[in-house]
Amino acid sequence: MSKYLLNKFLYTVDRDPELVERYRADPAGTMAWWEREMANTVLNCTAGEKSTWLAFDEPERRALREHDHVALFGLGAHPFLTLTLFIAMFERDHGPLEYQLAYARAMSHISLPYPDIAT
Amino acid sequence: MATVAAVIASTHHPFYYRASTSTGADWPPFTDEWVAKIEAFRATLTRAEPDVLVMVGSDHFHQLWLDNMPQFLVGKAPFFDANWYNEEREFGLPRMRLAGEEDLAAYLLREGLDAGFDLAFSNELRIDHSVTCPIITLRPQADLPVVPVYTNIFAPPMPRPERFVQLGRTIRGMVESWPQDKRVAIIGTGHLSLELGGPRQFGPHGPDPEFDRKAVTWIANGDVDGCLGEVTLDSLHAPGNATHGFMDFMLMMGAAGDGVKADYTDTLDLFHTMEAYFTWYPEGAVSS
Repeated sequence: MSKYLLNKFLYTVDRDPELVERYRADPAGTMAWWEREMANTVLNCTAGEKSTWLAFDEPERRALREHDHVALFGLGAHPFLTLTLFIAMFERDHGPLEYQLAYARAMSHISLPYPDIAT
Repeated sequence: MATVAAVIASTHHPFYYRASTSTGADWPPFTDEWVAKIEAFRATLTRAEPDVLVMVGSDHFHQLWLDNMPQFLVGKAPFFDANWYNEEREFGLPRMRLAGEEDLAAYLLREGLDAGFDLAFSNELRIDHSVTCPIITLRPQADLPVVPVYTNIFAPPMPRPERFVQLGRTIRGMVESWPQDKRVAIIGTGHLSLELGGPRQFGPHGPDPEFDRKAVTWIANGDVDGCLGEVTLDSLHAPGNATHGFMDFMLMMGAAGDGVKADYTDTLDLFHTMEAYFTWYPEGAVSS
């Protein structure tokens, strides 16, 4: 399991307007492309200086493929990253605060302690 | 030597800008009271007549990332561009540019390193809403040079609360010994109880009003010992999953001084969070 890589996906998609739209429209394709092409990119380095070892496991792929913010929370993805990206993708389909409140309601069964987000 | 003209601690609510600049039907009902409180809070900085602002905040995974994460970082640059695409997108924040005070930044880095804080630095820092929100609320003309100080309240492992208090004390001492005849305001923003991306988010109040009540009392009274007696890295999970931002308030309590009561305290109970505003005048109360 790689909380770091989940966070890296959320972080790199959230900061790129085109990727936000692409992930909204095609989560499975965007996730597969990103894992293949982007997962091993070292963000502050030139393209040739890639890492060689970063990959999702299957529960992580499923959570990303299904836009499942509850599963991402359970896997220890950073909640701020997930929330920010999911608001960017889905708030537009709802009235004021509707999406944020529905997002919370979907997690109402979760109690403390929350999953560890340390990477 | 420089003078600490004011120490100011505040929440940073990214929706204030949009709320206070909206018009007509988009003007949220709570905004009249919010704007009045912010304008009164702004006057506490104006009265102090600062020349320079030290701005304590925390990058929200914008420029600082998990492949290279500093615990405490000082920005030393002639300018700081500010606000990011996802802050424009979600909060409607404007792009901004602030001037830097490089001599004070260099001084804080040198003296801080010698005082036992292995401060990271950045010579090209794009700052985010943790710094620009208090500029918008406290100094909207954005005309004063700044020294940003970033803390990690976001990505574990983090320094413990005691370390934030110690850094606040150290910053206060360093500013007071800066050999420039300038008036410096030390401004820091954090959170009271806060939940982001969890089941308690966006409730009718902050997720833990009892924590908020205690926190405001600690800060207003400068009760560092009382606060440190209850607050630990582990305990901060309970009031809300983003409550580690309270450690920036603890840093500011260190800067204000143990046992020193705030000269100005105000709060506003909003949905999602409790807003809180504090000002200390180390030279003594400033007449309005």
